[in-house]
Amino acid sequence: MDKLFFQTFEISIKLALLTTIILFIIGIPTAYFLNYSKFRLKIILQAFISMPLVLPPSVLGFYLLLAFSPNYWFGDFLARFFDIRLAFTFTGILAGSLIYNLPFMVNSLQTGFSNLPQSLKDASYTLGKTRITTLIKVLLPNIKPAILTGICLTFAHTIGEFGVILMIGGNIPGRTRVASIAVYDEVQSLNFSMAHKYSFFLFLFSFIILVFIYGINKEFLKWKKI
Amino acid sequence: MEENLIDLHLIKDIHTIEGKIKLDINLDIPEYGFVTLFGKSGVGKTTILRMISGLTKPDSGYIKVGTENWFNSNNEINVKAQERNIGFVFQDYALFPNMTVEEHLYYAQKQRDVKHVNELLDIFNLKGLKKRKPDTLSGGQKQRAAVARALARKPRILLLDEPLSALDGETRLILQQEIMTAHKSFLATTILVSHDIDEISRLTDKVYVVDNGKIINSGKPEIIFNNKEAGSGFSVNGKIISVRENELTININEGGNHNLRNEDTVKIFHY
Repeated sequence: MDKLFFQTFEISIKLALLTTIILFIIGIPTAYFLNYSKFRLKIILQAFISMPLVLPPSVLGFYLLLAFSPNYWFGDFLARFFDIRLAFTFTGILAGSLIYNLPFMVNSLQTGFSNLPQSLKDASYTLGKTRITTLIKVLLPNIKPAILTGICLTFAHTIGEFGVILMIGGNIPGRTRVASIAVYDEVQSLNFSMAHKYSFFLFLFSFIILVFIYGINKEFLKWKKI
Repeated sequence: MEENLIDLHLIKDIHTIEGKIKLDINLDIPEYGFVTLFGKSGVGKTTILRMISGLTKPDSGYIKVGTENWFNSNNEINVKAQERNIGFVFQDYALFPNMTVEEHLYYAQKQRDVKHVNELLDIFNLKGLKKRKPDTLSGGQKQRAAVARALARKPRILLLDEPLSALDGETRLILQQEIMTAHKSFLATTILVSHDIDEISRLTDKVYVVDNGKIINSGKPEIIFNNKEAGSGFSVNGKIISVRENELTININEGGNHNLRNEDTVKIFHY
């Protein structure tokens, strides 16, 4: 196995880790708002967040590529004022990955919040606790399986991402080439043994992540029943 | 004469299984009093408690507690639930699955007061259970923990929403005793929502009968439920023969102490 192989997996894992951490931080307030707010237009936000679930990744990638291009106002704005170029860069694929994986994190957390009885939040308020204290001390500790599911799904899904990354990042070794794209690239070059290596590691990795999710959730349920 | 602690007038449209009703409630509750809201399900008793606690906003009206204004629709005053000094015991207990009994009590306190927590653990027989989480407790133990938690922050007002309705007879009796002890020890003005006439008679000074969004009657439990001091001096035992619109026919048992004549008005409480 050569340097390029490890480099490709390193980019995949770095992308998945950063996506998961950033989405966890963004996901908690977003899911809290979607679950508890009485704001009527929140369904529009909900629909936007869930769009990547139904939209072909190439469509999302295409629009993001246009948005990131210096020929359009957003890309131009980023380049002029912040000297940031997103098309065909790691930061670009990270931005695309954040948008594409948002529903996996937010929907998992929102399901966790909605499964909690409303009276838990009410009880904490009547004990004089603020929203933030209630969130940290009461709500989040009681949606641990949903948090773990959100984290693992986001991480695993980012590892397996293909369409959006190919559209925004291309296939630049050492910068935007991730494992899933490497499989496609090696097959195109008829280098099946290398494609097999990438595929096998991706397969194994995804399987381990899923076993971990189910294992943790089972442990948590067992702990609750004691 | 006792000072009234709570003076309120609350108006709110609520949706019940029988459709939309307008809740229009006036209450004056003396300090350290123990009163009950009595009425059938879905008449808005829980909503009254939620409005007092600040969890539900009334459409209009006011809530005065001592010298403080907790709600006043005219002045747009609405003190947050977190800032109202109350203890609320929910019908489903609302214990936090991630905390032990002891952690619940400390969580409820602004400043850690070990002495008060130990006192509550003693009164509610929770000493041996203090390291246990709610999932490992029985219904009665959960209820004790919920009442102890509500009292841990030394509330001025204690709101009990049918706290004993899911428990069996013996546990109920023990808990009634514990609630009474706690009420006397900690002097929290207490409002109970209950269906159980024995429980109400045992615990409370005054009953407010809620029906169709209004308080239709109030007084001491023995007067409301036994009608002993109703003035006409009779009691009726009988069997209902028929119920038609606006007309109830009863076959009165022989030996009943009554003096009824045609056209007399009789109040009947269904429970």
